[in-house]
Amino acid sequence: MNKILSKQRLSQEVFRMSIHAPEIAEARSPGQFIILQMGGDFGERIPLTIADANVEEGSITLIFQAVGETTHRLATLEVGDSIENLLGPLGKPTDIKKYGKVVCVGGGIGVAPLFPIVQGMKRAGNEVKVIMGARNASLLIMEDDMKAQADELIVVTDDGSYGRKALVTEPLKELCESWKPDCVVIIGPPIMMKFAALTTKPYGIHTIVSLNTIMIDGTGMCGGCRANIGGVTKFACVDGPEFDGHLVDWDNLLLRLGTYKPQEEQAHHRCHIGLDIKEGDA
Amino acid sequence: MHVTPEELDRKALSVLQEYEGKDLSPKQRAQIPLQEMPTQDPKVRVTNMQEVALGYTENQVKAEALRCLQCKNKPCIKGCPVGIDIPAFIAEAAKGEHAKALSIIKESSSLPAICGRVCPQESQCQLYCTVGKALKDVEQSVSIGRIERYVSDYAREHGCETTPKVASETGKKVAVVGTGPASISAAMDLRREGHTVVMFEALHKAGGVLVYGIPEFRLPKKIVEHELQALKDMGVTIRRNYLVGKTRKISDLMGKDGFSAVFVGSGAGLPKFMGIGGENYVGVFSANEYLTRSNLMKAYAVGEALTPMFDSSKVAVFGGGNVAMDAARTAKRLGADEVTVVYRRTEVEMPARREEVAHAKEEGVKFLYLHAPLEITANEKGRVNGVELIQCELGEPDASGRRSPIEIPGSEKIFDYDTVIIAIGNASNPLIKATTDAIEVNRRGNFIVNEETCETTLEGVYAGGDIVLGAATVILAMGQGRKAAKAMNEYLLTK
Ligand SMILES: Cc1cc2nc3c(=O)[nH]c(=O)nc-3n(C[C@H](O)[C@H](O)[C@H](O)COP(=O)(O)OP(=O)(O)OC[C@H]3O[C@@H](n4cnc5c(N)ncnc54)[C@H](O)[C@@H]3O)c2cc1C
Ligand SMILES: Cc1cc2nc3c(=O)[nH]c(=O)nc-3n(C[C@H](O)[C@H](O)[C@H](O)COP(=O)(O)OP(=O)(O)OC[C@H]3O[C@@H](n4cnc5c(N)ncnc54)[C@H](O)[C@@H]3O)c2cc1C
Ligand code: SF4
Ligand code: SF4
Ligand code: FES
Repeated sequence: MNKILSKQRLSQEVFRMSIHAPEIAEARSPGQFIILQMGGDFGERIPLTIADANVEEGSITLIFQAVGETTHRLATLEVGDSIENLLGPLGKPTDIKKYGKVVCVGGGIGVAPLFPIVQGMKRAGNEVKVIMGARNASLLIMEDDMKAQADELIVVTDDGSYGRKALVTEPLKELCESWKPDCVVIIGPPIMMKFAALTTKPYGIHTIVSLNTIMIDGTGMCGGCRANIGGVTKFACVDGPEFDGHLVDWDNLLLRLGTYKPQEEQAHHRCHIGLDIKEGDA
Repeated sequence: MHVTPEELDRKALSVLQEYEGKDLSPKQRAQIPLQEMPTQDPKVRVTNMQEVALGYTENQVKAEALRCLQCKNKPCIKGCPVGIDIPAFIAEAAKGEHAKALSIIKESSSLPAICGRVCPQESQCQLYCTVGKALKDVEQSVSIGRIERYVSDYAREHGCETTPKVASETGKKVAVVGTGPASISAAMDLRREGHTVVMFEALHKAGGVLVYGIPEFRLPKKIVEHELQALKDMGVTIRRNYLVGKTRKISDLMGKDGFSAVFVGSGAGLPKFMGIGGENYVGVFSANEYLTRSNLMKAYAVGEALTPMFDSSKVAVFGGGNVAMDAARTAKRLGADEVTVVYRRTEVEMPARREEVAHAKEEGVKFLYLHAPLEITANEKGRVNGVELIQCELGEPDASGRRSPIEIPGSEKIFDYDTVIIAIGNASNPLIKATTDAIEVNRRGNFIVNEETCETTLEGVYAGGDIVLGAATVILAMGQGRKAAKAMNEYLLTK
């Protein structure tokens, strides 16, 4: 049982929680994630990135978007409630080292898992520029956190309701031309990662992406998280979740993510009836 | 034809009336008809997840026990990997002394209710049975496993099991990695000696393959829970959601957390794929994923479980072992219209237990022998719509002694399927090795251990079960757990 120590609502659908998990807090590195399970026998196991950790307090921070049934249920938990099952840290840590100039690109909820990497890259002595994007202003999260870390922060929205009206690929392309980064880290929706990786490819810039495949065990046992990386099948939970963005077979990844679309849509409908989260609940 | 349990019980009763209490010659005993296992009607059971084999009735167990000749040389015992005194426990079962029978079994085995259900008896104890030999048919051997199951179920249901005694506390701490059969039996024997035992399990439920792999319809999960409860009652701590190597390394458990010895029973949880085209299309699953969704995540309870199951109508399962049977029978129960097990060789070479193959057939699972997959095809949405298969013929025996399949050129053909389940085996879980340098593994990634003690190449670290044997059996895993515990108990005396 892992107690929830604090909870904030970052945007309409995005929540930040710090959770008591001393062993995970101690062992984790940027880029790693946990898998949680709630709801007795019938609950689902879902992966979430460890956005931050506090070893003294023995806590980890999760930042998640309520998109489906399990994340909605998680969002209804309050400080003092517990999460039944929490496993981690899983996956390989980000390859943080001194590259020189690094661009970190975050889309939507991807800004959360990007944050510890930005911190780590700074600490390793890199010059770090951050591009963050969202569909609209209300979905932007962690702008202040990022501003405090990054050497430059570029904010874009699809609809221009905040920052520059653009997709993240536009400023990314400009930086590739003008600033010539040595490494680019991209975390966001798969479709965004695909196009951002395509953007850096002609420049031959080392590009790291974090794949959000479907996972069950997270220990390398089921193979459900497999992805095609440069023609080789890899398990995202143990071999990743970060891979060379230029080697990922994005089309296959996108198809595999849609495996349970019909069932998820039904479940999503159900959870909106049952556990609707109203504005200001948190 | 399905025979009802009532009918089987009636037949057993008439056997008892004829033979019980008499001085029977071996010939007379061998004439007693084999007691069939009562089962759920196949038509009904494909619609539920409950156990297929219902277990003998009291009359049946006595009738079956009468078939045992009580051979002086006890050939059956050498077929049992843990050497259970088979004739002795059968003699007690014949008298209805089930608690006594169980205590005889428990001297050698810690999980009889489980082994009685899932042991491949026809290639172990029952292979050597004199009755089977005399009748020239191993299927006619004394049903040792079924009797074993009966007495353990009886003792559990009637509360007449004896809880193992725990010696006074030694103050020494032992870590057990994993909660499968190897780990359960090791933990039990370590705790008996009074050591503090902490088990670490990666998943949110303990039990290993017994819980996430083998389906409810073959091994009810409440039986596994019962065994785990017995461990807890003895004072063993089970920590779930703890991945050794990630949450904490073995070196930390031993260096910082004060564990004097470690037993690793991490199993063979790495699914093998076939390396053919199209394996990553939507609708292709490893048997581990398919079974874990259904068993561990309870996805078979559609509407209740949050983990979804893929909607299938025509399913191909590749492989011929127990895992393939479990996947095929699960798919059938989840509502697939047609499920076919595709195997490269013929039925004779299939490694699955005979009983499981027979049950699968009764449930309408189809078998396509002498065919091997070449490539999986998909529609424009990347969803599986077929598999190209090539026909094979049997050639010379290979290293495993089985005749190896040889592809027949020009016989390729595309078959329609919308789901593919790959059940061609599992390799060792590499995680612990990857985070513990001093442990040496062989070419296959299995831990190298001292055969007598199960000690790995790292002092104080022992291992057993599938992580050492490769994908093997429950009873072998259990046997290794006990062997390791014995050596560990001796090792701990020196600490
Ligand atoms: C390594 C990794 C790290 C992640 N980190 C974060 C994070 O920090 N914050 C965050 O908000 N989200 C993160 N995700 C995504 C998150 O896991 C999904 O949003 C979550 O599983 C959705 O579950 P649901 O039941 O609420 O929604 P559902 O309705 O079940 O699904 C909604 C979407 O989530 C995906 N999904 C569903 N089940 C799983 C599963 N078991 N594993 C992975 N994806 C699934 C589906 O493809 C679907 O598109 C991460 C995913 C991975 C693989
Ligand atoms: C579908 C299926 C059907 C089978 N049918 C039969 C049958 O009918 N008869 C039979 O005799 N055998 C059968 N087997 C084989 C049998 O189940 C195995 O041989 C046996 O379970 C092996 O036991 P084990 O204790 O070595 O490991 P497992 O049962 O594999 O348990 C290992 C456990 O360790 C955990 N683990 C792994 N790594 C770590 C780590 N780093 N930290 C913490 N925990 C970890 C895993 O999560 C798992 O729970 C079947 C196997 C499968 C998959
Ligand atoms: S444990 Fe298995 S092999 Fe041994 S007697 Fe029982 S059924 Fe036979
Ligand atoms: S070999 Fe068969 S008949 Fe002989 S003692 Fe063993 S079980 Fe009984
Ligand atoms: S989630 Fe099962 S192998 Fe990666």
